[in-house]
Formats: sequence, structure tokens, C-alpha cells
Amino acid sequence: MSTEKVKKTVPYTVPIGPVHPALKEPVMFTFGMEGEIVRTVDFAPGQTHRGIEWMGMRRNPVQIVHLTDRICGICGIVHSLSFARAVEQIAEIQVPERADYIRTILHELERIQSHLLWAGVAAHELGFDSLFYLTWRVREQSMDLIENLTGNRVNYGIVQIGGVRRDISDEQRVLAEKGLDYYQGLLDKMATLFLEDSTILMRCRGHGILSEQDARLLCTIGPTARASGLNMDVRQDYPYCAYGDLDVKAILPPPETGGPKGDVYDRIIVRLLEVGQSIGIIRQCLENLPAGEILWEPKMAKLLAVLKKAEGEGIGRVEAPRGECMHYVKMAGKEAPESWKVKASSYSNLMSWIPMLQGEQLADVPIIVASIDPCLSCTDRVAVTRNGRSDILTKEDLSRLSREKTRRMMQ
Amino acid sequence: MNETPHLTPQQIVDRYRERFGSGLIDEKVTERGEGIKKVKAHNLWFRVSRELLRPAIQELITIRFPHFAVIAGNDLGTEIELLYIFSVFYGQKFGEYMVTIAIRLPKSDLSVPTITDLIPGALFSEREKQEFFGVTVTGIPDGRRLFLPEDFPQGVYPWRKDETGIPPEMIKNLWEVDRPKDRPAPPVPEKPPSPEVKKEGGESA
Repeated sequence: MSTEKVKKTVPYTVPIGPVHPALKEPVMFTFGMEGEIVRTVDFAPGQTHRGIEWMGMRRNPVQIVHLTDRICGICGIVHSLSFARAVEQIAEIQVPERADYIRTILHELERIQSHLLWAGVAAHELGFDSLFYLTWRVREQSMDLIENLTGNRVNYGIVQIGGVRRDISDEQRVLAEKGLDYYQGLLDKMATLFLEDSTILMRCRGHGILSEQDARLLCTIGPTARASGLNMDVRQDYPYCAYGDLDVKAILPPPETGGPKGDVYDRIIVRLLEVGQSIGIIRQCLENLPAGEILWEPKMAKLLAVLKKAEGEGIGRVEAPRGECMHYVKMAGKEAPESWKVKASSYSNLMSWIPMLQGEQLADVPIIVASIDPCLSCTDRVAVTRNGRSDILTKEDLSRLSREKTRRMMQ
Repeated sequence: MNETPHLTPQQIVDRYRERFGSGLIDEKVTERGEGIKKVKAHNLWFRVSRELLRPAIQELITIRFPHFAVIAGNDLGTEIELLYIFSVFYGQKFGEYMVTIAIRLPKSDLSVPTITDLIPGALFSEREKQEFFGVTVTGIPDGRRLFLPEDFPQGVYPWRKDETGIPPEMIKNLWEVDRPKDRPAPPVPEKPPSPEVKKEGGESA
């Protein structure tokens, strides 16, 4: 709590957070308010920094792969994939083609479940709970599929240095295709529900705007950057896994909806379209799944011996559901890496909150904060300081403010 | 944004060599192809002398405004190495490169100029390097701590490998932490801890 900032006159200081410890970067917000309008925004992440990189520098790469699975609760594959790819480059390990395809399939399944989870959260923040229930119910299908393919719903444990730990059998392929058909049939319905709904349009169009220039200067990535009109997608720009064989194009808000405006609404559009894109990618991968091994070296002792000798530095980079995820690894012929830096996707996106939130109302804070999909599950509790007196507002209070605004606008 | 045409990795290297001469201490290009077609992705690694950090980044901005990813770092013993990691030419189908610009700072003078006037989004990473490596970023618009808690001791830099790193007394090993005393008893009596087995979890520092 930044008590020294509490002022008794306009602008009032409104701290929000620290946020739910969902990942490395939970955030404590401090807003300078004039009436209901947010004038200044400041935030302090790191409320529960776990020092994962420090831990990693004392473990061998195979142990770290399992550690990376636990960096984020939603992005279960992107961190392990980034790390494994960095180490594979250093040790010059050639991943079998089949493993590259299986990695891609899970990578895209994760995008589907993550975007649906986000869509549900967005609907909930707007007070549209029936849509929230619907999205989260249909999300279960992807979670079940992921569980079937990897054995786990959340920490998949599928990536290993040099490949993947589980193969996709013929029966599982049938299941996966069924799952994709299910989502294909839902796409139109979801698009109608989200994009033709007057409430969502009212609350999201023109709110939380991030201009293309700001997005570029603040190093924004992923759907947030694309909604602002930046043509960037690691899958399109920088080939890895099976994406070099595919034709993935970055999805920008289409001309039918007026092209990129960089508001919350555009971020919804981009994510919904990306669910459709992911279905297409998984289909292609399943059709062209090459036969062969899934691991470069199944014998753990041999793998570790190779990794122990590896020297050099590498960058592993993938397009996570929220944008670029990047790991820098340096190995120096020792058991543990010399250096390891994790750059999660939200790390690059958080700074874009400042231009987005300035000039908006307090009741719009939840949906705008959620619109970059910050991987923070909720604004846990809120302390409002007015006239030197602190009230603790809970997450429910803030949600209530947002919902009341929707009702007012509907009248 | 000033647009130059798309360059090959070698063209970028040549441009840097021409512009910086002996100030470019080391350079290499690595490539990697995955999947069936093995379409190559390129990484460019530059190491420049410390006073050339900003000109080297400016040169990249002239080529095409890059995406700044992060500043990574290494404790090399007597020096701290900082690696500014960018990607350039996004939007170009399979034509994006990672560009890493590294500098080395002797531990006697760990100051580095800010790049936030060139790329405002780098602020986060600069703040992080200040607290994790103990470098001083001169001209940083916001020098507060980023991730470390307020009660974290001053003068301890988690990613350093010398005496200013995390001291052993700050390390808590999970398997040494007892069960909380204010909880109900577990339904099944706990087994006594067996340290030989637990050690598999990793080498302690």
C-alpha cells in the first residue's frame, strides 16, 4: 500500500490490488481519480515473485522443464516449449518431426482453452453471466481433450528436451477430430453472442483504446498488439515447431468491423477469430502428422550427459495465447544453466494498461484490465481512499460497479 | 516509422560491421529449422563495447523499429553481461530475426544508460535489472523496485553469483519446512521425513 500517496483532495488515490497470485506478475494498482475518471495509473507487479529463475540456475535442464510447466496455470505448454527449444538449440538437438507436430497441436489446443477462458471472464466482468457459464462449459471440451492427450488438465508435463513425452494414438486422433468438430459448430454461435450483442458493443467499443503507435513503443504483443493493428505473430514471423510448414497469418480486426481501432471490442474479435484459426491449424497437423519417434533420446541418463556438456546460449520463443513468450538460456558445460531469463507474455503487455486506463471510469477498470488477458485471475481486493479514510472494496464490489454500469446503460 | 527494405541476416551484420568497426567485438548468426520443411529462423548476436549500446540500438531502429523483448543478464565473475534482446521485421512472413545486443560491464562500474527514451517499453526490464543485478541505469524515469518485495534487503542481488547474491541463510528448502502447527491433524499419520530421498528434487546451493 502506498500510503504516502494518499491525498485528501482531488485527484483521489485509489489503490487496487495486490492481485491474485496467478503468476509471476500479480499487480497492485494505484489510480489517481477525479470523480469517476481515472487520471493517472501506476502499478507495482511482483507481489508474489517466486524466484523461479533463481531456482532454475540450480537445477539441470530436465528438472527445469518440469519447473517451467508450473510458471503459469493457464499457459501450460508455452514456457516448457520455449525453454526446451532454447536448450535444444544450445545442445544442437534435432527434435523428431512427429514431436514438433504434437507440440503444435497442444500449443493450439491451449490457445483454444485460454481464449475461451478469457472470453468467459470478459463476459462475467460485464455482468453477462449466462454467456460466462456457456463459454466455460464449452471450454471443458478442450480441457478434456488436453487431459486425454497429455494425462493432465493443467500442468501438462508433455514437453521433454528433445521431443514430447506422450504420443497421439489413432483412437486419440478420432477424439481430437470430434472435439474440433464440436468447436467448429460453436464458432458462429459464439461470434453472434459476443459480437452482435448490444451490451458488449456498448461497454467495449471505444473503451480502453491503445493506439498502434503506443502499442509499438510499449512493446505490446499478442492479441493486444494485433487488436491495435500491429501485424505480429511469432507463428507467422519466426518459424518454429510445425509452423514453418503451415501458412499462419496474424489475425487483425477485419474490415467488416471497421479495421483495427485498438479498443476492448477489437481484442474480443481477435481472440474469437483465433479460436477458429487454431482449429484449422490442429486439423492440418493431425492430417499431416508424420510417423516416427517422439523423442530425440528416450534414455534419461544419455540425455542428461549430453546436456551437461552443452555450451552456448540460445533463445526459445513461441507465440503464447497472450503473445510472445521467450526464454533466454546460457549453458556453460555444467549441470545447471549459467543463466536463465523467462519473459512471459504478460511481462510485455502490462505497460499498455497505462494509456488504456487513462480517462476511463472506475467501473470500466475490470474489463479493460481483463482485456489484455493479463493472466491474473482477478483483482482480489480494492482499497479506496477517500478523504483520508480507507475502505476496502472487494473484487465483488468492483465487479458490482461494472455490472451496475451495464444496467444503467441498458435503461 | 522509417522503413528500410527487408534485409538478410548477413546484410544486417555487414551494416553493423561497417558502422561500428572494432566497436563490434563479436558477432554471430545462428539458425534453426524445425518441422518437416525446416524453414530457418535466424538469431543474430552482437556484442559491442559498452559506450556503443545506444548507437547500436539506434541503428536497429533505423533499420526497422524493433520489438523489444527483454534484457537478460549473466554474472561472468568480474563482469556483468547484459543482453538486450529484440526482434526485427515482424509482419514479414518467416522474415523476423531475433537480434541480441550484448555489453559487458566491469563490476567496478555497473552503470548503463537508459534506453527508455528510444523504446519506452524497456522500462520494466531496466527496473528489473537494477534490482536483480545491481546495475545502475542512468536516466531511468522510474527507478523503483519492480518485482522484489519492499522488505527485501538492500544490496542483495538475486542473480549475482558473488557475495552480493542470495546468502545461504535466506534460502528455505521446501522439504525442511514443517507442517503448520495451527492446522487440524492429517487423517493419515505423516511419515517421518527421509532426506536421502528428498534430495532428488535438486541440488541445493
